[in-house]
Amino acid sequence: MSISNSVIVTDGAPAEPRRKVAVLSKRQRKIRSALVAYSFIAPNFLGFAVFTLGPILFAFALAFMHWDGSNAITFAGFDNFWRLFNDKAFIAAFWNTIIYTVASVPATLLCALGLAVLLNQKIAGRNFFRTAMFFPYVASLVAVAVVWNMIFNPEMGPVNMILYTLGLDPKNMPGWAADRHWAMVTVILFGIWKNMGYYMVIYLAGLQGINAELYEAADLDGANSWQKFIHVTVPQLGPTTFFVTVMLTIQSFKVFDQIFMITQGGPGTSTLVLVYHIYNEAFISWDLGYSSMISLVLFFLVLAVTIFQFRRQREDEA
Amino acid sequence: MRIAGRKITVKTVLLYAIVITVTIVMLMPFAWMLSASLKLSRDVFAFPIEWIPSQPQWQNYVDIWTKIPLALFIYNTSKLTIIVTLLQLLTSSFAAYAFAKLNFPYKNTLFLGYIATIAMPWQVYMVPQFLLMREFGLNNTHLALICLQAFTAFGVFLMRQFYMSIPTELCEAARIDGMNEYQIWARIMLPLSKPALSTLTIFTFVSTWNDFLGPMIYLTKTELKTVQIGLRMFISQYSAEYGLIMAASVVALVPVLIVFLSLQRFFVEGIASTGLKG
Repeated sequence: MSISNSVIVTDGAPAEPRRKVAVLSKRQRKIRSALVAYSFIAPNFLGFAVFTLGPILFAFALAFMHWDGSNAITFAGFDNFWRLFNDKAFIAAFWNTIIYTVASVPATLLCALGLAVLLNQKIAGRNFFRTAMFFPYVASLVAVAVVWNMIFNPEMGPVNMILYTLGLDPKNMPGWAADRHWAMVTVILFGIWKNMGYYMVIYLAGLQGINAELYEAADLDGANSWQKFIHVTVPQLGPTTFFVTVMLTIQSFKVFDQIFMITQGGPGTSTLVLVYHIYNEAFISWDLGYSSMISLVLFFLVLAVTIFQFRRQREDEA
Repeated sequence: MRIAGRKITVKTVLLYAIVITVTIVMLMPFAWMLSASLKLSRDVFAFPIEWIPSQPQWQNYVDIWTKIPLALFIYNTSKLTIIVTLLQLLTSSFAAYAFAKLNFPYKNTLFLGYIATIAMPWQVYMVPQFLLMREFGLNNTHLALICLQAFTAFGVFLMRQFYMSIPTELCEAARIDGMNEYQIWARIMLPLSKPALSTLTIFTFVSTWNDFLGPMIYLTKTELKTVQIGLRMFISQYSAEYGLIMAASVVALVPVLIVFLSLQRFFVEGIASTGLKG
């Protein structure tokens, strides 16, 4: 900190800057400080406005257009919207997204909470365990998805081999990603395995915020561990649980990479989800207007969850 | 029972049993990957699993560099990741300082604009963004991906939340000492925000290094491709070379592992102090 010290020493009684400030009128000073503030924001904001805000507005407009990306854009009115209802792939994608969400959100949440409670205790090697649980979250999806595909390979993979040695009939063996009935299960299991470490860390942060006196009071009342968990931990973690639910829900609406790597939306349309459909319509069919209309559906799903979150937060504050 | 002066209860044993089992399940795919990367392709699926190969095929780790331009892919990804992470840290913490500690017209409106886009899935605007980049002639350039990822609302929000927890009196004292706002940001805020900067570094580094859809859309030229896209290309080209695929996967994981392990101690602290927990 020698530099800052020297600044403080040399400008310790800064006659000059102070005089400068005094010369400026109140209005000038206001403008000047606003300019300083804007100069802080500008580098980020300019990039953000051009590459995020602009495209978002463009996406809304594009949903009401017909365009293949090279020929002329034409106005489509609600054509793209009505098309949604007759598009079997879209309907499948919509329901698959909902199924994925309904199945994976509670499961991930419970696993994350359970792990956080376990790893919040004083146990040897706690940091190692925490790091191990978190690692799937940061690991490259392409790399782990390919292992996942190999481990869950219906014919040769170790998972079915273990089931076989446990005495399961090979005829009833799950076909995992290759099987219409098991493909979604495979993708969901993969999602839980990959994401739960992240939400565990959020829960750990939540647990550390709980006042220890509450547990002491519960001890005095003779509560056992389970009673303490139900009557102290769970209610105290309410806001964290709510946050985790919202984050997980939004995240599961956006699921794409793991599906692209494991099932490509198949077999049939059994794991086709909204983002996958957007991708197909845009970059495979070049039907940019229609793909933007599906984006709009995704947007409204996320918006609904976000508004719900805001309402809930207000109620909590009130 | 007592071991080393500590009472060992059934509960403790059960606790360790659960934690160790879950850890094994979580790490199993990585162990399998590592083990398979040292095997001949025909031995990869041998059952029961031979965890430590009797004849480790170190050659796999030599071959992958010649079968695909892996070194080039790693160079491309490193370049992108480092530039994006630095830009993120710089522009986010810079903007966050204004949002947290300065007053200016339309501050709340602007901030609301940022917040509103955090929840917005990138996939909602990936198509118009692609068209825009194409208009700028940025297809098949790394610049497209840098523009895409360097200016996020998330970074600004995360840094701002952390700065809010730093006492404003500190800034006022510095102003009285004659520091200007840029000096306060550089000499007071930045050094104090290491946990938040570490958190943002992990997030940005990991998401840029692992990004898949972005490079897939923008980069079609082999010489521009990233590790993830290269890995996928490798998987489809050499689909039966399991040992090689696993070796390449291990290589793609190593940089993230290093960054994560070196910064992870800041992580819980960072998440806790930036209000990411809600």
